Amino acid sequence: MSQNLIEVALTLNGKNVTARVAPDTTLYTFVRERGCASVKCACETTNCGLCTVWLDGSAVLSCAIPMARVNGREVTTLEGLREESAAFARCLAEEGAEQCGFCSPGLIMNVLAMEREIRERAAGQGVEPTAPTDDELNAYLAGNLCRCTGYEGQRRALRRYVAERFAPAAGTDQDVSPAPATATAGEERA
Amino acid sequence: MSMIVTRAEERAHLTHLGAAEVKKDAAALLQGKPLFTADIAPANALTVKILHSPHAHARITSIDTSRAERVPGVVAVYTYRDVPQRRFTLAGQSYPEASPYDRLILDQVVRYVGDEVAIVAAETEEAATKALRLIKVEYELLDAVLDFTQAIDNPTVIHPEDNYHVNGAWINNDRMRNIVSSGLSEHGDLDEAFAASDVVLERTYHTLANAQAMMETFQAFAEQDAYGRITVTSSTQVPFHVRRMVAGALDIPQSQVRVIKPRIGGGFGAKQSGCVEIFCAFVTAMTGRPSKILYTRQETCSASNSRHEMQMQVKIGATRDGQILAIDLYTLSNQGAYGEHGPTTVGLSGHKTLPLYNHMRASRFAFDVVYTNTMPAGAFRGYGATQGLFAVESAVNELADTLGMDPCELRLKNIVREGERLPQYDDNTLYSCSLEACLTRAMDMIGWREKGMVRDMGSHVRALGVALAMQGSAIAGIDIASVDLRLEETGFYTLSIGATDMGTGCDTILAQFAAEALGCPTRRIVVHGVDTDVSPFDTGSYASATTYLTGMAVVKAAENLIAELRARAAEHMGVAAEDVLFDGERLLAYEPGVLAQASAANAGTAEFSGIYDDVDALARSYRVATQAPAVEPVATLSLTELANELAAGGNGDCLTAHGAASSPTSPPPFMAGIAEVDVDKLTGKIDVVDYVAVVDCGTVANANLARVQVEGGIAQGIGMALTEDVQYSVHGRMRTDSFMTYKLPTRMDIPPIRVDFVPSYEPTGPYGAKSIGEIVINTPAPAIASAVAHATGHQVRTLPITPEKALFGE
Repeated sequence: MSQNLIEVALTLNGKNVTARVAPDTTLYTFVRERGCASVKCACETTNCGLCTVWLDGSAVLSCAIPMARVNGREVTTLEGLREESAAFARCLAEEGAEQCGFCSPGLIMNVLAMEREIRERAAGQGVEPTAPTDDELNAYLAGNLCRCTGYEGQRRALRRYVAERFAPAAGTDQDVSPAPATATAGEERA
Repeated sequence: MSMIVTRAEERAHLTHLGAAEVKKDAAALLQGKPLFTADIAPANALTVKILHSPHAHARITSIDTSRAERVPGVVAVYTYRDVPQRRFTLAGQSYPEASPYDRLILDQVVRYVGDEVAIVAAETEEAATKALRLIKVEYELLDAVLDFTQAIDNPTVIHPEDNYHVNGAWINNDRMRNIVSSGLSEHGDLDEAFAASDVVLERTYHTLANAQAMMETFQAFAEQDAYGRITVTSSTQVPFHVRRMVAGALDIPQSQVRVIKPRIGGGFGAKQSGCVEIFCAFVTAMTGRPSKILYTRQETCSASNSRHEMQMQVKIGATRDGQILAIDLYTLSNQGAYGEHGPTTVGLSGHKTLPLYNHMRASRFAFDVVYTNTMPAGAFRGYGATQGLFAVESAVNELADTLGMDPCELRLKNIVREGERLPQYDDNTLYSCSLEACLTRAMDMIGWREKGMVRDMGSHVRALGVALAMQGSAIAGIDIASVDLRLEETGFYTLSIGATDMGTGCDTILAQFAAEALGCPTRRIVVHGVDTDVSPFDTGSYASATTYLTGMAVVKAAENLIAELRARAAEHMGVAAEDVLFDGERLLAYEPGVLAQASAANAGTAEFSGIYDDVDALARSYRVATQAPAVEPVATLSLTELANELAAGGNGDCLTAHGAASSPTSPPPFMAGIAEVDVDKLTGKIDVVDYVAVVDCGTVANANLARVQVEGGIAQGIGMALTEDVQYSVHGRMRTDSFMTYKLPTRMDIPPIRVDFVPSYEPTGPYGAKSIGEIVINTPAPAIASAVAHATGHQVRTLPITPEKALFGE
């Protein structure tokens, strides 16, 4: 580790923060040390997506960002997005798709970033934003690993969420309806 | 034994059990609250780091820690000279453990690359890391056993030490031959059955080690409490077993250890073994200071435990028309360097496979479990059944292909059915099974009969493959569960459990059992677990035990509490307890005899009286007990009134009830899985395009959580089938010690997984429930292997099924 500390000034979840840090301190370590417990790490090799935060509004892997690159920028973690994340969190919970919950914050950060990207792109083109398809969701979120759910419950939650958030694309028969409520157990089908 | 028996009609009346209740911890988890071990470690905790062995087998001839100790911030460096010399096991099993006591906290001999050499405790992570680099170790290199097929009678003996200890002769340990355990179970006349067979196939199958790869690595911290005891907070599935391990390793009384389990970021069996707890506990015991140890992913991959690699020889005999007459199975299991779960996992490779084809005339299952100089194996979802089912289900698929029979039809001719006695399952009777219906439902879902097993799609071939699975529900006669249920002021309940929610949702599911039995909303049940000082004893969450066994304990505790409630309310209202009915909200007193009459009219008898004369609570129908008769009560007391009165003097007792359960049987859940697979004609690339699974887990306890278990297990099974393998270099160094090199499925790799349930009713289970946690990983490997065989003509018998093997054969 470098002994030469650098001064950084940034915005963390809307608050101004200044600190002296080693330039190779990762953003992951920095936000964890400042109480952002939602930011998790499962791999150290940029494969898992659990440490996803926003840097100037774009999703990044905080374990791969040295603090030298964060100076003057705006960092957002799930702690700063309580309200914005509530709707998708509810969709996950109602599908039981959070399971252990260890990977959920990173996924939520990436889903909200994706939603913003879709809206900004549509606004730039002067069109209504449309809901992403299953394939688009799989591709966009491929970097968010989950070992509990097999992704299927997350997909149901995502379909519910995008159905709530986007108008169905006109002229397509894309199925964005929420998955049917699962049968109550006890119901016998044998 | 202490069990219950319930009636199938109960299920029609269930109101809370089975509902898709949101997990009680969902909101906090989804807000990223500090709930996990690393989040709550004390700020002043020492950082503990481990120096791992670079050699597969070596004796430490000298170890110099002086330079490391001089690093500013380093508090202590410990070596094998500093630790107690009493051997123990890290296997999370009931005492006396089946696994040999073959470990020390640190040993002079290292037995695999990754084995622990030294412990550093420092004020900062930087200091600890720096100190690790400054420890000077000299090793005398020993020959290593890296090929598990060469372990038995190898000149290199991995555990020759004097203080090695085995708890039970039944494991047939022969460590001087590198044998951890061996065994044999047979029934019928095997020679006669094979002689009567028109077709006999002999095949060898090989499953590799797999990483459980839960997202949260191994983490723990230790503190000393006001009495000088060691409190360990750990991400573990087995808090009570960790208490024993820590006490054993430190050679202190168990009374001096307390273990707390916070939220866990997944376990899948990995955390059914101890891992890092002993190191921070040792540091805290030595220094008196809090300490924490947070394993990296690399350490979690390469210095903990994995699935047992197994090689299985299957000989299967059948008549030309597809009647399976005999299976002879031999399993060789690679234990790695230490014996955790060795004698027990291997058993499932036979006992959770052969009963599927229970009509065989004869079967034999023999096994050896051997030490090698690779990372120790441990528990991983499926626990040997997964390996055994890859072999047996692949053999049955190959038999079908050889006979020219439809593999589903072959199974429908041969599979086990409800009511049968199972010679390869401890002679238990099978009280619940809807496997046949599971298979036919899966066939309908995928369109088995319409599609045909192979279709040429141009650039690729599309094919189908099927597999069946079974598992158990808790370890018969060994696992125990207990819970405390307390009525609180205002009339809510606290449910204290020793079972460990590791993300699966058992805190919520057990609350649903309590809500069902007590007739109240689930939110009125507050669940607390696990703190070994406070929580009632539970062996832990493994062996597919929690829903079946702890669920049973909850129902019994609720029964006991209701009896107490009725007695107290009766006192208050001046009537006899048998004339008081509890409807969930109120206690209603009736004229003498009214309730007895009503319940006699409604009661009926339990369908199941069972072979077990030690059933201590033949369950009455709770519905009958709570159904108010058509006459007016003579007095009424609300639960809130009663609770408040009990909490404020009166005769001085807030009501607490206890419930405990164990079971003489381990009722198997069943499952059918069908994979639809595309194989690229040019590259051999394999895409699973559809997967259907139909499960008989008995009564479904929570519709959402059960479904997610199935989907998650299948995704892990797909990973095992196609990409996941633990690989070693020729020197025994693990090559796949990161998510860069060990390929977990991403959401791009997992097809739509379509799940349905055909619940049988298990009379020994709480409201008919069996288990679901493990069985779900078992079908993908054999089903996908068969689909690939149908597509390419190459049956791959060594996992994973790579494009090369698919296209060119092995």
